[in-house]
Parts: sequence; structure tokens; C-alpha cells
Amino acid sequence: MLDQVLYAIPFLLPGLLVTIEVSLITVAISTVIGVALGVGLVYGQWPLRWAIRGFSDIIRGIPILVLLFFVYYGLPLTGINLNNFAAAVLGLTIFKIAQVIEYVRGAIESVPRGQMDAAKSIGLPFHERLAYVIAPQALRRFLPPWLNGVTDAVKGSALISLLGVGDLLFGIQKVVGRTYEPLALYCFGALVYFALNYALSLASRALERRFSYIRE
Amino acid sequence: MGYDLNFTLIWRHFDKLWSGLILSLELAILSIGIGIVIGLILAVIYVSGGRIARALIAAYVELIRNVPLILLVYLVFYGIPTVFDFAYDNTTSFVMTLSVYAGAYLVEVFRAGLDAVPKGLIDAGKAIGLTPWQRLVHVRLPTMLRMTLPALSNTFVSLFKDTSVASVIAVPELTYGAQWINFNTFRIMEVYLVVTGLYLVTGYAILLGLRALERRYSIGR
Repeated sequence: MLDQVLYAIPFLLPGLLVTIEVSLITVAISTVIGVALGVGLVYGQWPLRWAIRGFSDIIRGIPILVLLFFVYYGLPLTGINLNNFAAAVLGLTIFKIAQVIEYVRGAIESVPRGQMDAAKSIGLPFHERLAYVIAPQALRRFLPPWLNGVTDAVKGSALISLLGVGDLLFGIQKVVGRTYEPLALYCFGALVYFALNYALSLASRALERRFSYIRE
Repeated sequence: MGYDLNFTLIWRHFDKLWSGLILSLELAILSIGIGIVIGLILAVIYVSGGRIARALIAAYVELIRNVPLILLVYLVFYGIPTVFDFAYDNTTSFVMTLSVYAGAYLVEVFRAGLDAVPKGLIDAGKAIGLTPWQRLVHVRLPTMLRMTLPALSNTFVSLFKDTSVASVIAVPELTYGAQWINFNTFRIMEVYLVVTGLYLVTGYAILLGLRALERRYSIGR
């Protein structure tokens, strides 16, 4: 069993890199857009708020697999042709944006109202209220779930092997196809994903402890 | 951009989607049911058991929660039958996988809930002479269940969405039905629009139902 795994490792490395790459791109883009939309959801005018709320609720209501298939197989019909890597990243990113929006909303709403009022009363304009008063306090509530959500991104990225993207799971599938040692390889794959994600969840928990002095 | 939506073929094959949706719901209900049993038993063992039991349960929870569901589905369906001398069909295999997966999430929910049961209630149970078992069944578990309702609703809905992964081992649930219609009619856009609608409506129906239950039974922390 062990030599099967040792044999497979060189074939799995490129896939592992793709998994990490896809997760990083997804998390980076979705954090930027998600934070912007999250602020829009809390402070925007009602048309903007409703649009963002609708987007978030719809995306979070459908399975990520359906979203990926939609983007990869459905979009080309409208003239948007994406290769499988781009489609995978786009699908995962759309899904992640919806999650980040909710983290941001929760984080901002955890800051007591009085803080905003106090900032207004000393005459800070909106962007300064946001940057100097709300953001530093909301950040503590945002980081732990966000970091925990990164594990979701890594887990979600396993689905892109279904679009033919050569990620870790895809690499495992290929080796299984050659050696027919499914149990050893899937167990090994599970361990690799576990190592990646467990490190992230430990970091998330450490952050939570770090900020646990905040009482609501 | 010049693409005309045409739902005729989707409605003609709608029975595939409908039976898929029913199967998705059955998979979810069955797995959640078994998951609840696993979760309750392990959570009770966790809070009352020794160090070894705790470590084992924590390992189970962390291992399952940090591995993609699709990998577990492959592992159970393709991996396990190669070493043990038995085989099961894809639906059974998926229900087993999702149950174990659900169990790991539910242990966490129940464990946190048991910890949150006010100590005064347990002391009150002791004061009126309830045995530890009676305290568990009549005081701690009912209180814990009512406290964990909001977290449970979210877990249930996300488990319902997770049933879509069953399509990778050809369990004919909703996503698989969508793929079948895709391959046979090439009405890709339409099929995914309809399937998205079905998932959304069903998911939110489940959520609303559970929210109603929460309003009736939930107690704050």
C-alpha cells in the first residue's frame, strides 16, 4: 500500500499546486469583491442592498457543483467561452463572494451602533468612519470565519476535477486509473487535504482565541 | 447574445428532474437521520467520556470536516469494496458517506449545545433526585436540542445541497437528472436554470419550515 503511494507522489505534486493556486486566486478575488459588496449590503441604498441580498441568497441556495456546471457548460451558449480553469475559478469565486458578503455583514453588525454615531458626531466623513472606526473593530469578527472559509474554498476546489481541471483530486483519479489502487490513493489524498485544511482551521481557532477578549 | 431559451425539451423530460429532486430529498433525510444518531451518541460520549474517547471523536470530526465530500464519496464507493469482500450499490454507498459526513458536523453542533446547557438546570435535576441517565434524557438532551435549532437548520440545508455530489457516482438525483437532460437535448442553459430554481425553492422551503419550528421551540442561549 505504501509503495503505491510513494509511486504516486510525483504525479500528484502538480495537482496539489493547482489546488493551492485555484484556492488562492479564489480567496483573493472573492475577498476583495465580497468586502466591497458586503459594505454595500450594510450601508447601500435600497436598490443596491436588495440586489446584493438577492445575489447572496441565490448563490448560497444552490449547490456549488450546479454553479460550476452552469458556468462551464452554460455560459458558452451566451458567447462567453471560458477554458476549464477559468470557468472553475469563476464558479468558485462567485460562490465564495456570497460567503464573504455574509462574513462582512455579520462583522459590521457586531460593532455597536454607538460607534458609528460617535464617529458622526465628531464630524468624520463616511469613508473615514468606515476606515478608522468600523473596519478595525469589525476585522476581529471577520477574520476567524473568513479564515475558516478558506478551508471551504480548498474543499470546494476538489469539485473542479469534474471540469477536467488537473487539480489534486484529478491527479489521484489518473493514478487510480493506472494502478487500480483506489483505497490507498484516496486515503492518501484525504490526508493531504486534511493537512492543508487542518492547518487553516488551527490558525482560525488561534485567531478566535486571540480576539476572545471582546465581549458583546 | 443570440441564444433563444427554449424550455420545451426540459418540460418533456421534467419527470427526470422531479424524480431526481425526490431522491435528493430522500438522500438528505436518510443521511441527516443517521447523522443525528451518530452525532447524538458521540456528543454524549464526548462530554461524559474519558480522554481516549474524546481524542477518537475529535479525530473523526476533524478528519471528516477537513476533507472534501467528493473525495470521501470516491473513497467509500471505489476504495472500500476493493479490500473488503462486499459491494454495495451507489445509492447505499452515498447515503453511508453523507451520514458519516453529516455525523461529523452534527457532533460539533450537539457537543457545543450540551456544553451550553445551564448548569443550574442539571443541578436542579440532581436536587429532585434524577439519576444521571434521567438527567441526560429529560433535562440535558431536550434543552440542548432546543438551543441548537438555528445551527441545525443551516446544517440541514447545506447537507441537502451536498446531495448534488452524489451525481459523480451516478446516483440519479437532481444534478444527475440535469446532466442526463444535458447530454440528450443539449438545452444546457435551460436545464440549469430550472435545476437552480428547484434547489432554491426546495432549500428555502426547508429553511422556512425549520425557522417556523425554531420560533415555536427555540430557546436563546
